[in-house]
Amino acid sequence: MTPSNQELITGSEALMLALKAEGVETIFGYPGGSIMPVYDALYDYTRGERKAFDHILVRHEQGATHAAEGYARVSGRVGVAIVTSGPGATNTLTGVADAMIDSTPIVVIAGQVPISALGTDFFQEVDLVGVAQPISKWSYQIRHAEDIAWAVSRAFYIARSGRPGPVVLDFPKNAQTERVEFKPAKVDFVRSYVPYPKVDDAAVRAAAELINHAKKPLALVGQGVELGGAQQELLAFLEKADIPAGRTMLGLCALPSTHPLNVGMLGMHGNYAVNLKEQECDVLIAIGMRFSDRVTGSLKTYAKQAKIIHLDIDKSEINKNVKADVAVVADCKESLPAITALLSKADHSVWRESFKPLDEMERTKVIEPAIHPTEGPLLMGEVVNAVAEATKGDAVLVTDVGQNQLFATRYFRYPKTRSLCTSGGLGTMGYGMPAAIGATFGAPDRTVCCFMGDGGFQMCIEELGTIMEQQAPVKMILLNNNYLGNVRQWQDMFWQRRKSFTRMMNPCYELVAQGYGIPYEAVTDRKELDGAVAKMLATKGPYILECAIKEDDDVFPMTPPGMSVNEMQLEVGE
Amino acid sequence: MEKLYTILVFSENIAGILNQVTAVFTRRQVNIESLNVSASSTPGVHKYTITCYCTEEMAKMLKAQIEKRIDVLQARYYTDEEIFLQETSLLKISAPAMLENSEVCRIVRHHGARIVEVNPTYAAVEKTGTTEDILSLYNALNKLGVVRQFARSGRICITRGTREQLDDYLAEREKERHG
Repeated sequence: MTPSNQELITGSEALMLALKAEGVETIFGYPGGSIMPVYDALYDYTRGERKAFDHILVRHEQGATHAAEGYARVSGRVGVAIVTSGPGATNTLTGVADAMIDSTPIVVIAGQVPISALGTDFFQEVDLVGVAQPISKWSYQIRHAEDIAWAVSRAFYIARSGRPGPVVLDFPKNAQTERVEFKPAKVDFVRSYVPYPKVDDAAVRAAAELINHAKKPLALVGQGVELGGAQQELLAFLEKADIPAGRTMLGLCALPSTHPLNVGMLGMHGNYAVNLKEQECDVLIAIGMRFSDRVTGSLKTYAKQAKIIHLDIDKSEINKNVKADVAVVADCKESLPAITALLSKADHSVWRESFKPLDEMERTKVIEPAIHPTEGPLLMGEVVNAVAEATKGDAVLVTDVGQNQLFATRYFRYPKTRSLCTSGGLGTMGYGMPAAIGATFGAPDRTVCCFMGDGGFQMCIEELGTIMEQQAPVKMILLNNNYLGNVRQWQDMFWQRRKSFTRMMNPCYELVAQGYGIPYEAVTDRKELDGAVAKMLATKGPYILECAIKEDDDVFPMTPPGMSVNEMQLEVGE
Repeated sequence: MEKLYTILVFSENIAGILNQVTAVFTRRQVNIESLNVSASSTPGVHKYTITCYCTEEMAKMLKAQIEKRIDVLQARYYTDEEIFLQETSLLKISAPAMLENSEVCRIVRHHGARIVEVNPTYAAVEKTGTTEDILSLYNALNKLGVVRQFARSGRICITRGTREQLDDYLAEREKERHG
């Protein structure tokens, strides 16, 4: 029987119902011509009896995607952004690429010109699916309203399952206005897509065998552990075989930083001991991590002495950068307990103790001078440390990209899961402020501290408008050294101190804050730092704390680009 | 060591997959030597036959990255020994030149090529075989200066294995769908 016109709803309303069916509560977005029917439907679904969503109006579509990422990272749910076609759609691409490389589940829904106009260079027409395909997990054009339920459900299923990632839905205007009988769809199977490969018993046995014979095992813990919710499984695994574990930057919350088996952060600016020990261990167990170049340094020399065990849910990561002797392709929530069951209890205390002198060297040479300086201008490390002390590990850390990120991730504490938003793989400056907005909606009960440099602060500075309007309680710590500090550090170290366009003229941030009505304080004197941090944390709502940082504060330790991890330097020109 | 690999890809019949597959090659700086896309023996499944010169390590990576695309069912790489392969080609030859020079017809016969049409202006010749067979005919005729047009298809192939890997995969997935 053909449904009567009363039973039919518009494609835009069908989208509302499909999003509701996926459990969406928060949408970050920005309206425009080709998405107007959807915004008209949102009018009804964001107020009154039919209210299903909170819509957060951002100030730039890039902000919508980073906010969706921050929301997803802290909540474990899929972040949603809705934008218009053309420039609205292309503005989301940085966020899409960022979410792809950092495995963050977001769904971007972009308006598109009607299908009858596609290919005519219509006003605000861009081939979004074409440009998004290589940088997204899945991109799809919903050409007719009857496809909406299926496409939205498939989008969320793909975004959140397996190795999560961004999905882009291109939504032509005709499909938004066509009338359709809404039939809910639930996609939980796609035959060409295997999100959770089965644990291979032979590989599990081989992995356990290698670990049981190891004298110097070392685990590298990545974000996969957090994405798989496998923190307990990880602890059981590490504790049974007494394995020290380093964490990647995105894996920092996968193992509490206070745990005795935690030996610090991996990578170019990670901890000294664990970087050196990667070149000494006999069995290296990579868990939910992808051997990024920032972790491995030169691949030619990386961990050549060790047998490599690689646990990852994404089979394309196996042997991509580092060749694995044993690979277990599965969700680590499944693979870890399977291996743990076959492990003998072990005591590697002698091996673990051997990290300590190197830790001590780093503490004396690098950490103490960075977090407890006694003279000179403020340093980034001490500001991070002061905030970390004051928040007692309860806060969500959001960073921008650059030195602020490296100092913040090094000196913050991570007792809880889902407490870090940072742009790891893409290194997206401008990520911090909008991601922090998203984090306040994803974890409304937690304090959100966002560290930014003066470069990154200005890259999505327009989102101060969103913060103002939403009174989003982002504690913004602006580490201002009047430089693009990380590039400046590289220029000093590797480019004969030729500071090409890294010095930056800054606005008066106090006036900027005033313009947006956001409480502001500046700190230049170390004696005032703790008080200023306490005041920031005690103030309800958003806050900008500007810290005048030493111009040439460098991040150490550092493995210079292209060098081996054991060539990590504790200071300049070592 | 680089050698010629044939990569077979099976995908769902959804628009835009060819782009995604070729982008995997472009991003890793591997040139596609030939590409053929057609329906496969499984309804609704498209088959891509792609050849390229690369190392085995790269072939493995291409396979993994292609399979990572959501709507790709399966990708496999093969050396020439593991497949039956053919290409086809068409040549347009000047008819007067062919009549003047008996060598032209001798070469066509010697290569086992087929004359599909002759008229006062030209002859159309079809040759199916390996790249080498086809180029050998082309080079021989071209030396005589009689070739007006030449077109060569991409490679198509079927595998020599006794198992149909795509069927096995689809059967396995159907079991998982229901169980």
